[in-house]
Amino acid sequence: MVGAACALYAARAGLDVTLVDRGPVAGGTTGAGEGNVLVSDKEPGPELDLALLSGRLWAELAREFGDAVEYDAKGGVVVASSPGGLTALERFATEQRAAGVVAEPVAGDVLYDLEPHLAPGLPGGVHYPQDRQVMPALAAAHLARASGARLLTGHTVTGVLRGPGGAVRGVRTDRGDLHAPAVVNAAGTWGGDLAALAGVHLPVLPRRGFVLVTEPLPRRVHHKVYAADYVADVASDSAALQTSPVVEGTAAGPILIGASRERVGFDRSFSLPVVRALAAGATLLFPFLSDVRAMRSYVGFRPYLPDHLPAIGPDSRVPGLYHACGHEGAGIGLAPGTGHLIAQALTDKTPELDLTPFRPDRFPEEAA
Amino acid sequence: MTDRPHLAVLGAGPAGLAATAAAASHGVRVTLLDAATRAGGQFYRQPAAELRARRPQALHHQWRTWERLRDGLRAYVTVGAVRHLTDHHVWCVERRPSGGLTVHALLGPEQEDPVEMRADAVVLATGGYEKVLPFPGWTLPGVVTAGGAQAMLKGTLALSGRTAVVAGTGPLLLPVATGLAAAGVEVPALVESADPKAFVHRTRALAAQPGKVAEGARYAAQLLRHRVRLLARHTVVEAHGTDRVEAVTVAALDADGRVRPGTSRRIPCDTLAVGHGMLPHTDLAETLGCRLDGTDVHVDDEQRTDVPGVWAAGETTGIGGAALSLAEGHIAGRSAAARLHGTEPDPRAWAAAAKSRTRLREFFAALGTVYAPPAHWTEQITDDTVVCRCEEVTGGTVREAVAELGAGDVRTVKLLTRAGMGWCQGRVCGPAVAGLTGCGLTPSRRPFARPVPLGVLARAGEHEDQ
Ligand SMILES: Cc1cc2nc3c(=O)[nH]c(=O)nc-3n(C[C@H](O)[C@H](O)[C@H](O)COP(=O)(O)OP(=O)(O)OC[C@H]3O[C@@H](n4cnc5c(N)ncnc54)[C@H](O)[C@@H]3O)c2cc1C
Ligand SMILES: Cc1cc2nc3c(=O)[nH]c(=O)nc-3n(C[C@H](O)[C@H](O)[C@H](O)COP(=O)(O)OP(=O)(O)OC[C@H]3O[C@@H](n4cnc5c(N)ncnc54)[C@H](O)[C@@H]3O)c2cc1C
Repeated sequence: MVGAACALYAARAGLDVTLVDRGPVAGGTTGAGEGNVLVSDKEPGPELDLALLSGRLWAELAREFGDAVEYDAKGGVVVASSPGGLTALERFATEQRAAGVVAEPVAGDVLYDLEPHLAPGLPGGVHYPQDRQVMPALAAAHLARASGARLLTGHTVTGVLRGPGGAVRGVRTDRGDLHAPAVVNAAGTWGGDLAALAGVHLPVLPRRGFVLVTEPLPRRVHHKVYAADYVADVASDSAALQTSPVVEGTAAGPILIGASRERVGFDRSFSLPVVRALAAGATLLFPFLSDVRAMRSYVGFRPYLPDHLPAIGPDSRVPGLYHACGHEGAGIGLAPGTGHLIAQALTDKTPELDLTPFRPDRFPEEAA
Repeated sequence: MTDRPHLAVLGAGPAGLAATAAAASHGVRVTLLDAATRAGGQFYRQPAAELRARRPQALHHQWRTWERLRDGLRAYVTVGAVRHLTDHHVWCVERRPSGGLTVHALLGPEQEDPVEMRADAVVLATGGYEKVLPFPGWTLPGVVTAGGAQAMLKGTLALSGRTAVVAGTGPLLLPVATGLAAAGVEVPALVESADPKAFVHRTRALAAQPGKVAEGARYAAQLLRHRVRLLARHTVVEAHGTDRVEAVTVAALDADGRVRPGTSRRIPCDTLAVGHGMLPHTDLAETLGCRLDGTDVHVDDEQRTDVPGVWAAGETTGIGGAALSLAEGHIAGRSAAARLHGTEPDPRAWAAAAKSRTRLREFFAALGTVYAPPAHWTEQITDDTVVCRCEEVTGGTVREAVAELGAGDVRTVKLLTRAGMGWCQGRVCGPAVAGLTGCGLTPSRRPFARPVPLGVLARAGEHEDQ
């Protein structure tokens, strides 16, 4: 997703772009996650600024790609399960409003107007109209196609070519060299390996997530709905399993329930305890889901950096090398902003956001 | 008796029945689970007792083998050595961290109520399912799978008076065509895209299987007797009809496997039974983390998978017919019994079964090279032919995802078109999508062998944690 967005914005900034992937389009984490484009789960700071920028850009892209990428500006509803939780949630929303987020508190009754099938007895929540969703694989494929970039799937990058002064000259692939004065590392969870090919340190690591998919249903869940503890899970630094689920309907009918977060390396094996916890969380929010069948589940690996912010921008250590990876559980949402900022950096424009918090060289070598 | 080791056998077809008998006769407590209402699997699918079919054995040339297995099962159940649980749909087998396995099932036919069972070991004997490749008109009512037609025949005996064309490829088409004809169905043609004569040249594999030669000769005689025309190197181009199939157009194939122009002809019929071979059920094995070889569960000489405590036998390890399933099931049951008693099994104990396993595997490998869909079968899929029935994805949509959106494998096509995301989870359309994409068929991960209610999932294994 991130590579496709970089290709689109770079091409529209007038650059000649080649998009290289060792697999097919959307074969990485993009094809194994969900497409929530959220502001609701982000605390004020650089990531929220990037999310707000990306949200605006997604709305623009929607005019061009709308249905093809299943864009839906449905809004999000975060519910509190206790009065104490509601107070904390409302405090969080107040801070977000100061940073430019639209966040409307909804008391008991109004909550059930928004989501009639929620479990009874919930004290209230917050409505976030700026939350939206896209279908990630379709989004990546359509943005890549619209970029007009030369698409080289099935090409594995095996080296980064450097000139006499150390500047980037292109990449080596298993099917030949590609020459270019600038290389953007949008290798997601494998971004650290790609950086290493250029001789630099970038500690991108995997955070596993399972998603549950139900049988198709008529619309009964209207927004993205999740419990307030989800925000705590997203921001958490813990390696242990966390499973407060986001429940959302999709254009095609199935409900998606995701996603767990745990750090277990690249272990793909199915874990019944994890999906059981997702099912338990979802049925607690929406009791009617108890009788709805899970059809399948899938697993993906979010790319994360130690401070949970992506790496975006030029690498001061290698002239011509740019990074756009490490977006963790928000890479779909944050992709357009990232692509836009990368295109500005590539064409020597002043980036719309300060890139300092996203500096790729911010991690000292010994932290590895 | 509860301290005896407990083996769960999943699937009560030939493989599962043989494994159950072998293990039970060697001091192991066995629970045999199957989704069907009675034992027998695909092959020994029996006419419901209520029909009191006068001569069901006429449909079963291996009736005696079946009687022996059935009576054996009854005897073990009577003495309490085997529990036979029908209507149990297994959706997941889980390895417990503390050792052993938990089998999670749903009670049929509604598949709503859960059952959980612990076992010290399991034998996966879930068999296979039929592969059907699409063509224009294949979604019309009256177009059934070859196995579906056979099951109707064996299960309800209610087809007579109809006209059925049998088409596709593979050795299963012969028993289906002759079975239909024997039951009084008019079978104007058996349309086989391969050339069965090519098989006769594989003398080595055949010489080792005199029984199979006799079986082939018997089918040939039956086809003749019932006036079933064998159209070898022919294919169905289209099925016609509005509410139901009324006719099919068939055509000859050239040496490259393309439809030969000017050879098409129309055959009226009200049923079209199609089949293009079988594929193994591997969901339970995959979720357990068992290694697969292509689309087959990988097993060693003892029928063990690479996951401790998990054996696999029969068509889940590769398609090879009922006799091979019996041999593999027997070996799996013997091996599991020995190992559950903590002893190293002696392969000499199952030497005869091992010998027929070797021969039958060779035979079916040879068969597989002859019975293959025509090389250019995807050309028969028009852009508006529905390929994925569950999600109504057409051939044109799949082609566009490949040509324009950068998909190069089944998984990406699925993500971009929804082909394979529906109720059957790509079991039906997988081979067709792979063909249109121009890639091999790889097993797709389906963590749940059956759709499972979230309420059941949310409580699965609950008492394990206490
Ligand atoms: C369960 C789950 C749920 C999620 N839900 C959401 C959500 O709701 N909203 C959201 O915004 N985000 C979500 N995410 C996160 C999101 O999926 C990721 O942040 C995003 O997909 C990252 O995109 P990417 O382009 O950086 O990485 P990828 O999609 O992984 O792309 C990287 C590409 O680089 C290629 N590559 C790697 N190494 C090489 C090499 N040497 N040569 C050539 N190619 C190479 C790979 O093949 C891959 O295709 C979720 C993730 C998971 C796992
Ligand atoms: C139309 C047709 C005609 C055939 N004719 C012949 C022939 O003439 N000669 C010959 O040798 N072979 C023939 N065969 C092949 C023969 O049926 C198979 O080789 C044989 O049945 C395989 O035995 P098995 O035990 O491996 O699997 P199966 O017989 O398929 O048994 C598997 C069992 O597992 C059960 N099961 C699967 N999944 C689950 C689950 N998740 N939970 C619970 N239970 C489950 C199924 O209900 C089934 O009862 C024919 C097959 C077909 C379809």
